Amino acid sequence: MDGYTIEHHTYDVVVVGAGGAGLRATFGMADKGLSTACVTKVFPTRSHTVAAQGGISASLSNMGEDKWQWHMYDTVKGSDWLGDQDAIEYMCREAIPAVLELEHQGVPFSRTDEGKIYQRPFGGMTTNYGEGVAVRTCAAADRTGHAILHTLYQQSLKRNAKFFIEHFATDLIMDDDGVCRGVMAWDLTTGVLRIFHAQTVILATGGYGRTWFSATSAHTCTGDGNGMVIRAGLPLQDMEFTQFHPTGIYGAGCLITEGARGEGGYLTNAKNERFMERYAPSAKDLASRDVVSRAMTCEINDGRGVGSDGDHIHLHLEHLGEKLIQERLPGIAGSARIFAGVDITREPIPVLPTVHYNMGGIPTNIHGEVVTRNGDSSDTVVPGLMAIGECACVSVHGANRLGSNSLLDIIVFGRSAANRCAEILKAGATQPEINQSQIDPLLGRFDQIRHAKGGHPTAGIRDRMQRTMQKHAAVFRTEETMQSGIHKLDAIYASFEDVAVSDSSMVWNSDLMETLELDNMLQCAQTSLHCAVDRKESRGAHAREDYPDRDDKNWMKHSLCWVEKGGATRFDSRPVHEYTLTDEVDYIPPKERVY
Amino acid sequence: MAEFKLPPNSIIQSGKTWPVPEGARQIQRFRIYRYNPNGVENPRWDIYQLDTENCGNMVLDALLLIKNEIDPGLTFRRSCREGICGSCAMNIGGTNTLACTRSIDEFGGNEITISPLPHMGVLKDLVPDLTHFYAQHASIKPWIEPKEIPADGREQLQSPEERKRLDGLYECIMCASCSTSCPSYWWNSDKYLGPATLLQGYRWIADSRDGNLKERLDQMDDAFKLYRCHTIMNCTNTCPKGLNPAKAIAEIKKELVRR
Repeated sequence: MDGYTIEHHTYDVVVVGAGGAGLRATFGMADKGLSTACVTKVFPTRSHTVAAQGGISASLSNMGEDKWQWHMYDTVKGSDWLGDQDAIEYMCREAIPAVLELEHQGVPFSRTDEGKIYQRPFGGMTTNYGEGVAVRTCAAADRTGHAILHTLYQQSLKRNAKFFIEHFATDLIMDDDGVCRGVMAWDLTTGVLRIFHAQTVILATGGYGRTWFSATSAHTCTGDGNGMVIRAGLPLQDMEFTQFHPTGIYGAGCLITEGARGEGGYLTNAKNERFMERYAPSAKDLASRDVVSRAMTCEINDGRGVGSDGDHIHLHLEHLGEKLIQERLPGIAGSARIFAGVDITREPIPVLPTVHYNMGGIPTNIHGEVVTRNGDSSDTVVPGLMAIGECACVSVHGANRLGSNSLLDIIVFGRSAANRCAEILKAGATQPEINQSQIDPLLGRFDQIRHAKGGHPTAGIRDRMQRTMQKHAAVFRTEETMQSGIHKLDAIYASFEDVAVSDSSMVWNSDLMETLELDNMLQCAQTSLHCAVDRKESRGAHAREDYPDRDDKNWMKHSLCWVEKGGATRFDSRPVHEYTLTDEVDYIPPKERVY
Repeated sequence: MAEFKLPPNSIIQSGKTWPVPEGARQIQRFRIYRYNPNGVENPRWDIYQLDTENCGNMVLDALLLIKNEIDPGLTFRRSCREGICGSCAMNIGGTNTLACTRSIDEFGGNEITISPLPHMGVLKDLVPDLTHFYAQHASIKPWIEPKEIPADGREQLQSPEERKRLDGLYECIMCASCSTSCPSYWWNSDKYLGPATLLQGYRWIADSRDGNLKERLDQMDDAFKLYRCHTIMNCTNTCPKGLNPAKAIAEIKKELVRR
């Protein structure tokens, strides 16, 4: 393989991804005196954290009584009991100092009259274990993700963190003992391939929403970390759980925050009926996202959708008044105008459940360390490898994530990973050499794809994958629809062997980059659909019409899925942690989930 | 008389005109700047013709359609497609803006011209080199230096009125549309900070929680960094988020007069 310029770099830690989790980990590591590089395929403030709108949850009690124990209960219930309660306890306790720390770092939160951080109600967030509505979600208008991501980037600049921007990470470097030794990345600007040697690699690569045809996710949400992990021979966890956000703009798929309903917005069907009252008599429009998305889909399937094709739902904000909208929801007022042609002070927004978040991902413990099953041990740590944020599955979200818990997840576990590295790594420690034999297969794969001259252009394979996932991994699922999806997807997966890349240059070859991204998405699609067929129950976001009930006896477990070369999948499982982190709170036993 | 010579590879040539897709009914032409950084070719204008009946409403949809179905080599940055990440800033029909939030209809006409943000080095096609722009942003210490963190660890208090001063400032997405529309920046970008960075600078000056006002103003008080702004207002006219960098710059100048 001639013609490659290869440069080697050595750091204590290399973080892949510069969204909220990656940045928090990066500057956390810098604080601890570890030499750290952050490798990112987009400039940090372009990461998809920037698009989070509604807020970040923490029981600050600024706008009414609140307790982290209530937050924990809501998160466990939201997860349909698939979340690990030790991790959930950790996240909800740490939420309070984490959000206050963000404020100290300069996040421009909206304010109460007393000058405290403004909070708003959000779906599934309650007081007193389900009795009342909690006001828990800390917000900077409806641009909280933007405010937080920019702040984290600023804090990284303050600490002079080292960034490798517009570098696409292609593969993990694993040694013969299964230890992660580093990561290979392609510098888009110079065309150089960089071999990063690291004591620990932290994956913070985000979700894989673009595996579907319609998603709120950015074009860059392509599951790159998940793909690297699969190629390293490690499993992904709970990949069948995909969150459909109730309010994606009909057609464009752009997000309208749940905060819109938190501020008093509501949904109606073609009969102008507030149908959520029937599905969730207590929480109504602020039920958990999976519940609202199913209700909307039922209304549409039963012929009560709005529009000339009866295929969507209306979200009303007209009654909130211009002043509130300008102050609290200015961003979505713009999105609705641009992408739906709607003035939200006068008309409802046409919305549809849209793929939004991936609960599943790379299995980790609460320190961010990647774990796998090894014989009888279900918590075997993979040395040298961590994962945080949406690409990880800790699991704090279980089968369904609550709104405003994802910004929390990235901050809490980004910080936790940095703390863990400080604990277990010695700054500047000598690293074992990376052998050429560990790099050659990675170079070989890159070179093969770069020069792929098959019969299927990247965009065509991607389009078929996205349409298949849209149709066969939808809000409601049955054995039959999913099996026919698998049949199609297996062929699409195989067609990648015959992919065509039009351009073999090394500088800003976006066709090659999209092809590498497609490879990653195909691993996500494959595991997601295969796991969905495998899990014969309904839980959280995984709703099967042929198995409508939750089955704790057989399925209270995390699914693990490996992909062999050629696309065959292999399953195993890990037990759900049925214990808490401390004695200060008891395990919350499963019960019926009603809102 | 002095003889000026253009650097090599800077003359834009006419490129390929792609055929009208079969069966197309609503044809829209796009004239797009192409540059291959292989050191051999000159930049060129390629002409693409799309059937807008098969295309989404936005200019970004057209670029994606070209890339997916006509010419996979066409290269541009894009990510969120909803105007919040700032990736797809480019010059469309003579205006710096985001491809994702501007509809094809707005530009209309027989042909829409698309080129990279002006007066920046070009890495490839519609991808400008923003290294210097980012370095200027970093140079103003764009982070809070808190006056005092409350001893109990709670939040720094800020009244709704104080917080309101940040509206119109913190929303900047650093797309560089404003800076690269500014003639002063075109001429003096080595020393003039430009509207985006100055708006970011004022964002911290305006924050009631920040305790670094003196140093910030000292740093801005410079004939080039700040005072190359001649109130041309291109920045404010072009900002795709509707912000007003020219006003932020004027506020910095006022702060300097006041002290």
